[in-house]
Amino acid sequence: MDAPAGFRHPSQKQGRSRSAKSHRGGGTAAGGRIQGGPTQLFDDTSTQPPPQPQPDYYDTTGAEPGYDTSVGMATPGSMSNVPYSMNDPMANMAMQYGASLAGQTGEMLEKNVDRFISVSKLKYYFAVDTAYVGKKLALLSFPFTHTNWSIHYNNQDEPVAPRYEINAPDLYIPVMAFVTYLLVAGYVLGTQNRFDPEQLGMQASSGLIWLVIELAIIVLSLYIMNLNTQLRTLDLVAFCGYKYVGMIMILLSGLCFNSLGYYIMLLYMGTCIVFFLMKTLKVLILSEANPHSVVHGRKRGTYILVFIAAMQPLFMYWLTSHLSTFKEKID
Amino acid sequence: MAFTIYSLFEAVLLCINGIAILHEERFLNRVGWGSNQNIGGFGEEPGMKSQLINLIRSVRTVMRVPLIILNTVTIFFELILG
Repeated sequence: MDAPAGFRHPSQKQGRSRSAKSHRGGGTAAGGRIQGGPTQLFDDTSTQPPPQPQPDYYDTTGAEPGYDTSVGMATPGSMSNVPYSMNDPMANMAMQYGASLAGQTGEMLEKNVDRFISVSKLKYYFAVDTAYVGKKLALLSFPFTHTNWSIHYNNQDEPVAPRYEINAPDLYIPVMAFVTYLLVAGYVLGTQNRFDPEQLGMQASSGLIWLVIELAIIVLSLYIMNLNTQLRTLDLVAFCGYKYVGMIMILLSGLCFNSLGYYIMLLYMGTCIVFFLMKTLKVLILSEANPHSVVHGRKRGTYILVFIAAMQPLFMYWLTSHLSTFKEKID
Repeated sequence: MAFTIYSLFEAVLLCINGIAILHEERFLNRVGWGSNQNIGGFGEEPGMKSQLINLIRSVRTVMRVPLIILNTVTIFFELILG
């Protein structure tokens, strides 16, 4: 249905459990099976009316304090129920106030965040479904037989949502792959008895910072070479994040097949991601509608394309090599 | 490599400081990278060198005051936190 038979990918396992949350957060409403409203994971009993016997106990305990033992024995039980019924109107008001406050804060937050990152543009990158994720992961692992790398645009000259277009970049896979990479890295460190919860944070911040550095270099090069492409920054984030999928496979094969598996997978995944990026970015960078600067643009565009594509395997090696020291493997 | 966000911040600050130090008339003009000797002849594409020159000039102009603030804050924190 969503992935070829026998294709088990760890990030897909992770992704399915998280897809409900992320879809709830960001998917566009015209989706497949995922609805717009929140999925109830628990029974919301906070707004139900209190059970019936409460008012009787409340009346008796309030009116006669020093009664006989039957009521005295009933009071400890009812004492726990009495505050609930007593505060119920106040609890209701408090909840309504809290809800309105949360709504206000949400609006204010959205307005403020919207000034820096356009949230609706961000939502575009998360408009994915399982079929797209499966096909894209298969494409990242074996891009050599794919023939049509162009992206379709709709009428407003915007790329079609990733759900309908396999070549469009998305941010769901990079985010999931990054988190899965952290978990796999933690696991690998654990098998080498080097694990420490602080290490996870270190790996996370290292990975993020290298991503930021790589993006800064690419954006700077694009600016200096004066290439007017249609690549948005978030597109570049997405493309640079695709290598995490390869890194997960590399780490796993390094875990299973020691040094040989690590290097073979590194070579294979490096080739895959170079091929994938060159094909995808060639469409986006080189064939831009720039009739007058085609000659200059072609050469510079090619250089920057090769540069971006060549940086990926280097980063993949750099970010995984320190995790796979095969000297101290405890069996 | 234990990279923290603070080390990224330090690196960026040092790089921008480095760009801000390049003096216009004492250095850049001598090398031929001054903004007054620009090649630009209203052609459509400015060329890599003039883009770089523009970038340096704009970074120097924009980041002059924020750099003072950021440097002061960083020095303060380095003195206190070691």
